[in-house]
Amino acid sequence: MAYDFRQSPVVDQVGIEERVARFNTRSIKKGSKVQALKLALNMIDLTTLEGKDTEGKVTQMCYKAMHPHLALPDLPSTAAVCVYPTMVKTAKEALKGSKVKVASVSTAFPSGNSTMQIKLLDTKLALDNGADEIDMVISRGEFLKGNYNFVFDEIAAIKDLTHKYNARLKVIFETGEISTLDNVRRASDIAIYAGADFIKTSTGKIGVAATMPVTLVMLDAIKDYYFKTGIQVGMKPAGGISTAKGALQYLVMLHETLGNAWLDNKWFRFGASSLANDLILQLEKEAKGVYYSKDYISVD
Amino acid sequence: MAKKEAKKLEYFTDWKYAPSPEATDHIRLQKQYDLFINGKFVKPNSGKYFDTINPATEEKISSIAEANDKDVDSAVKAARGAYDKTWSKMPAKERAKYIYRIARLIQERARELSVIETLDGGKSIRESRDIDVPLAANHFFYYAGWADKLEYAFPNRQPKSLGVAGQVIPWNFPLLMAAWKIAPALATGNTVVLKPAETTSLTALKLAEIIQESGLPDGVVNIITGHGPVGASMVNHKDINKIAFTGSTGVGKWIQKAIAGTDKKLTLELGGKAANIIFEDAPINQAVEGIINGIFFNQGHVCCAGSRLFVQESVAEEVIKKLKDRLETLIVGDPLDKNTDIGAINSKMQLNKINEYLKIGVNDGAEMYQSSCSIPKKGFFVRPTLFLNTSQSHRISQEEIFGPVLAIQTFRTIEEVIEKANNIPYGLSAGVWTDKGSRIFNLTSKLRAGVVWANTYNKFDPTSPFGGYKESGFGREGGLHGLMPYLKF
Repeated sequence: MAYDFRQSPVVDQVGIEERVARFNTRSIKKGSKVQALKLALNMIDLTTLEGKDTEGKVTQMCYKAMHPHLALPDLPSTAAVCVYPTMVKTAKEALKGSKVKVASVSTAFPSGNSTMQIKLLDTKLALDNGADEIDMVISRGEFLKGNYNFVFDEIAAIKDLTHKYNARLKVIFETGEISTLDNVRRASDIAIYAGADFIKTSTGKIGVAATMPVTLVMLDAIKDYYFKTGIQVGMKPAGGISTAKGALQYLVMLHETLGNAWLDNKWFRFGASSLANDLILQLEKEAKGVYYSKDYISVD
Repeated sequence: MAKKEAKKLEYFTDWKYAPSPEATDHIRLQKQYDLFINGKFVKPNSGKYFDTINPATEEKISSIAEANDKDVDSAVKAARGAYDKTWSKMPAKERAKYIYRIARLIQERARELSVIETLDGGKSIRESRDIDVPLAANHFFYYAGWADKLEYAFPNRQPKSLGVAGQVIPWNFPLLMAAWKIAPALATGNTVVLKPAETTSLTALKLAEIIQESGLPDGVVNIITGHGPVGASMVNHKDINKIAFTGSTGVGKWIQKAIAGTDKKLTLELGGKAANIIFEDAPINQAVEGIINGIFFNQGHVCCAGSRLFVQESVAEEVIKKLKDRLETLIVGDPLDKNTDIGAINSKMQLNKINEYLKIGVNDGAEMYQSSCSIPKKGFFVRPTLFLNTSQSHRISQEEIFGPVLAIQTFRTIEEVIEKANNIPYGLSAGVWTDKGSRIFNLTSKLRAGVVWANTYNKFDPTSPFGGYKESGFGREGGLHGLMPYLKF
């Protein structure tokens, strides 16, 4: 499919912000709230991406992913855990027999400043260790230089590899670095046309992470592509979403932009670590009518 | 990646939003409302009352007094007395304090006012809460600031007040229109007789209570209720110095005839049939949102509604597909539900008029497309409607429908769209969507419309003047310009 990425649709920031404000006036109550809180929990990529990560920490987090809060029956597990390539084996082992997937960051995460050869090796390491999903970063420097073909090619190359392993590919733009909404739209088009299974906002490693306006621009790109081709692409806002209220606002936006077909962790994920516990706190409140102390909720 | 056959998206099937109605237990409404004359609520001379109903349920809310000529006369006398004895003699700085106080009281009672506005008029609580009531307060705040600065607004022109202003307002933004009218009149030192529309008198009467509470001298603002003849009686009253009317073009023309040869000043804010123009380089997704907001805001009961859509042919298919898709996510229903986007049509009469236009559109050969949403069985509701493949000669493209009905035409060149946009007796507003700044300026100078929005629509602010060209009326409301119709120099 020939596509000139300089011709990506323009985005009006004021219009986007007004639309987001409108989503945020939706009032989600009672049954529809409980349903959404559980859905959000089921969409989390529970994440630990730190230099100080250990096998012990990852194993504990995997248990949390499978059993977010045993005190409440019928809670879903999270969608996946997200770790560094070196931790994939540990996570895979810990999650054996569960539905929880293992996602691994790769391609010289978080900066992406390395050679293609090393990025491929990095990805291969994660895949050989059993990763179900790869979260790659794009070369923001090349993108900002206008080398859109370079960015397209690097995504396509990683996609070739993940495809061989039957793994799904998430492409991280680090929207805080590419900065404008026009750029976010352009990066979305590049990644989608290069074969991304998911597009993802941020690494969580810089100050500005996922925002609703940025996510809406990406959802619009997904929708335009779906209208053209009938092919679904997933969305993962990551970083900065730590409250249940915020997650519900994202779900309203997702729902009213892409509809029912995307209300599933196959097509939408939250990259988050502390969000799970606030969702659990709210679910406890809905079930029992009172807020519990946070000491009742595990911190793995 | 999963390939899907259907490219149509589905909404609200797997995840429905539970009802989230705004509480109504906090509002205070009387069973019967009298006329507000000379600072007091007085019984109408006629002894007659009429029902005001909730258009979403068709249930009666309250009884409203029907004024007659005698009541109009006593309201005008009260206004004249207040003008002569107190208001015209009061230092402007003191006048400002009262206006400011009214603004504060509106804010304090915002929640009650929004609920009543929604109950009585049918508009969604989201709009009355987020737009009507805050904007009404802002108009009072804004004009309070001008009261003692008129000399600076019009240097060396010695601005003077006119006397008694007779103001007749429509039913689409009851409280907001009252604020648009009363605030500048008071700031410029005039006294007021105001008549709200018969289907939506309640918030104006609540405003009368607020005015009482503010301690505004008796007679400075008088609010009388009733049907058309009350307005006619005001227009013909000899001791009114100024008529300000917002409503239909037909009535506007009648008013202008009626006061010909008198020294009454006049401003008219009448109908519209605005062109909303989408160029191929526009931010399409935001433009679609702007089209939706332009025509479906307040059920389309907006004189400046973007009711004629012009889409450049190269993007017409995309825009129309996206419009159809967006219609499915508009929630139509109980106006009190916080999630409702489109509430009830204001009255049975208006509902009949809109339905009549739907028939006309279909009979004239335009292709009608409606949202698949279900609408409540009781109450006055219309599905959001698009008419595709319309042309200038269709009646639905020429006449003001004042409902959630959009007539869509395509165009090829900029000259063509300017000619077509201006080819209408109205000239109130227009919208332009393009990424190109120079094109915006080109169009704003060529479109014969009082307000042109660029890459947005239906934006209102007290500091910005609003008003029309041609049969959309004359005179400006809002901003510094909004002071002029209430002053002589």
